[in-house]
Amino acid sequence: MPILEIQNLKKYFASQKAVDDISMKVEKGSIFGLLGPNGAGKTTLIRMITGIFYPDSGQILFDGRKFDPVNDVINIGYMPEERGLYKKMKIGEQAVYLAQLKGLNRKDAMEKIKEWFIKFEMQSWWNKKVEDLSKGMSQKLQFVTTVLHEPKLIILDEPFSGLDPVNSNLIKEEIYKLSQKGSTIIFSTHRMEQVEEICDHIVLVNKGEKILDGSVKDVKNNFKENLFSIGFDQIPSTNGTAPFEMVGTRDHSFIVMIKEGNKPNDVLNYFLQQGASINSFNEILPSLNDIFIKLVEGTSLSRQFEPVNS
Amino acid sequence: MQKILIIIRREYLSRVKNKTFLLSTILLPLMMVLFIAGSVFFSLKSSESKKTIAVEDKTGKLSKFLTSDTVRMQFVFNAGVDSTNFDKKGFDGFLFAVDTSGRHLLLKTIKAASIETMERLKNKLNSSYTNSRLLEKNITVEELNAINTASANYFTIDNTDEKNKNVNAGVNSGIGMFSGILIYITMFIFGAMVMRGVMEEKTNRIAEVIVSSVKPFQLMMGKIIGIGAVGLTQLLLWIILIFIISLVAGAFLPSDVMSQVHQIQNNPGMMNSNGAQFSGLAKGIANVSTLNWPVILSSFLFYFIGGYLFYSSLFAAIGSVINEDPQEAQSLMLPITMPIIFGFIIMTSNIDTPDSPAMFWASIIPFTSPIVMMARIPTGPPLWEIALSMSLLIGGFIFTTWFAGKIYRTGILLYGKKASWKEMIKWIRRS
Repeated sequence: MPILEIQNLKKYFASQKAVDDISMKVEKGSIFGLLGPNGAGKTTLIRMITGIFYPDSGQILFDGRKFDPVNDVINIGYMPEERGLYKKMKIGEQAVYLAQLKGLNRKDAMEKIKEWFIKFEMQSWWNKKVEDLSKGMSQKLQFVTTVLHEPKLIILDEPFSGLDPVNSNLIKEEIYKLSQKGSTIIFSTHRMEQVEEICDHIVLVNKGEKILDGSVKDVKNNFKENLFSIGFDQIPSTNGTAPFEMVGTRDHSFIVMIKEGNKPNDVLNYFLQQGASINSFNEILPSLNDIFIKLVEGTSLSRQFEPVNS
Repeated sequence: MQKILIIIRREYLSRVKNKTFLLSTILLPLMMVLFIAGSVFFSLKSSESKKTIAVEDKTGKLSKFLTSDTVRMQFVFNAGVDSTNFDKKGFDGFLFAVDTSGRHLLLKTIKAASIETMERLKNKLNSSYTNSRLLEKNITVEELNAINTASANYFTIDNTDEKNKNVNAGVNSGIGMFSGILIYITMFIFGAMVMRGVMEEKTNRIAEVIVSSVKPFQLMMGKIIGIGAVGLTQLLLWIILIFIISLVAGAFLPSDVMSQVHQIQNNPGMMNSNGAQFSGLAKGIANVSTLNWPVILSSFLFYFIGGYLFYSSLFAAIGSVINEDPQEAQSLMLPITMPIIFGFIIMTSNIDTPDSPAMFWASIIPFTSPIVMMARIPTGPPLWEIALSMSLLIGGFIFTTWFAGKIYRTGILLYGKKASWKEMIKWIRRS
């Protein structure tokens, strides 16, 4: 059963169709990637899911029921792209305050914060002010305040920007753990390589519309171009009757595209007949980055403002 | 509801615990007392200093008319000094006639003489001249003295209002003016505090985190109420401090003034018949303590809170639409600061005529009523006017809060360019 279901969601601003008829489902316990170039409408979509904006039309179902911003926000943890904390406030107090706003009582909030602070080795920070923290440190604090109340749905907008690899991995691990415990996670990002390794399912939006929806594996398979790389000990010669087209050569390997109607085995047979010694044979699947660029290519880089007639 | 209390608590504590709060709470009453004490000190000092003036008396008239007194002025006639060396001989001034009639005189001094000194000199000469003319008309010196003593306080005038209380227009309008100015200042201080708080939340991008937990309206109201409570706390501390300081200062007031005050308070009838016997200072103090303080204080509290609520939500709305650059605030603030300043100007220029049409309308319309009606309260305006003004103010702040809440909701999450008033009106229509 999906924890979140969006049906024909629309949100028009005066100068833009920010979200134009998007539908999608987020399965419980999955790690979901919401991808799109800058200005595609990701943030607007998320703001509707978090109850900050009301949609112009369409429906949001949360846990099978109609989304009720007032009561459901307790089950949602949202970390916006632009990190926001009170600069002059002490870190411990700040975390308690944000947890209280999520509905936790003071005592529970304190206990949980202490647990997380120990986990992230932040105990000594309690009485420091946010303005004393580095960007990475405040990022960790922000992450803690987002997941503290153990929400069913965690929405992270560009969670790794500004983090060094060590802290990135630390947070990535925590995200896995939360997901194993049953939390659903939505990633919003334009950094595809990050999504590839963690996400089960992705949706790609561009110009306010959904242009791709599926599991990472399916998407890659749908966009594969029958490209293979074949490694040799010695570069063999090729003639015109090959079941493939040469795409390129690297010092000891070919990159080939199999012609329609042929199978990988035909390629291997062809080279074996020539007496070539093959030491590797791999399918080249397109990276999400390639797919992303391919789909978004041709649309202008920055989104133009267009009049909305409605 | 629970959440708004959490927000109020944070807004309140984070400001009250701040060092600047403590500093401004202590410094303001201290500065006020120092200012008052300083001005009293200097006015006493200047009137007490005795002036010695050398007079060149060619006609012989001046020595007849000008008589030295022991406190303020001493004259030395034909002391053998001229306008170039009087100061070296120890004189404060040199008085001489500039024309042959001897009626047009010039007082030469090193520093400009005060108006008070000039008036006193002129009065001395002219009243002596009057006396001498009367004496020429066969009036005896005894008769003349008798007339002068009697006529100085022949008529006395006091004012009582309908409730037959002694009122002193000067003291009333002074208290009114003071309250009005205090409301004017606090409206700006705490309004700006709300605006800065909203700007902080917007530029730090914390607003987005918080409005995913609470409604924007709750966030705005939490801030407004929290800062309002800070304002009330500060005001209360000021009143307590001023009370303590004035008690201490009261111990240093001349004892004869205080005994006169008690006499007036114990026997109010005396004041009408024998008012002239009491010094102005004693009369002033006695009047202050006969004012209707419960009414003044409670309406001050009302207009402070009402005015604050009316304007602070508008300040919050402005804070929500501007970005990092505080300069942007200036042009947007103009339509809000204008009526406040306008109210202040109406109050200060019409304080002597509290029942004039300008004062009436300005004290009814909620944009200016907190300042202007507060200034009128000590002079006892009709009850229906107060009731109308108060209910319009309540209606007014409900409207501005609703209006500002709509702008705030959109503005707080909108980054990039500054919104114009025209766009804000559009947001209100859309939502």
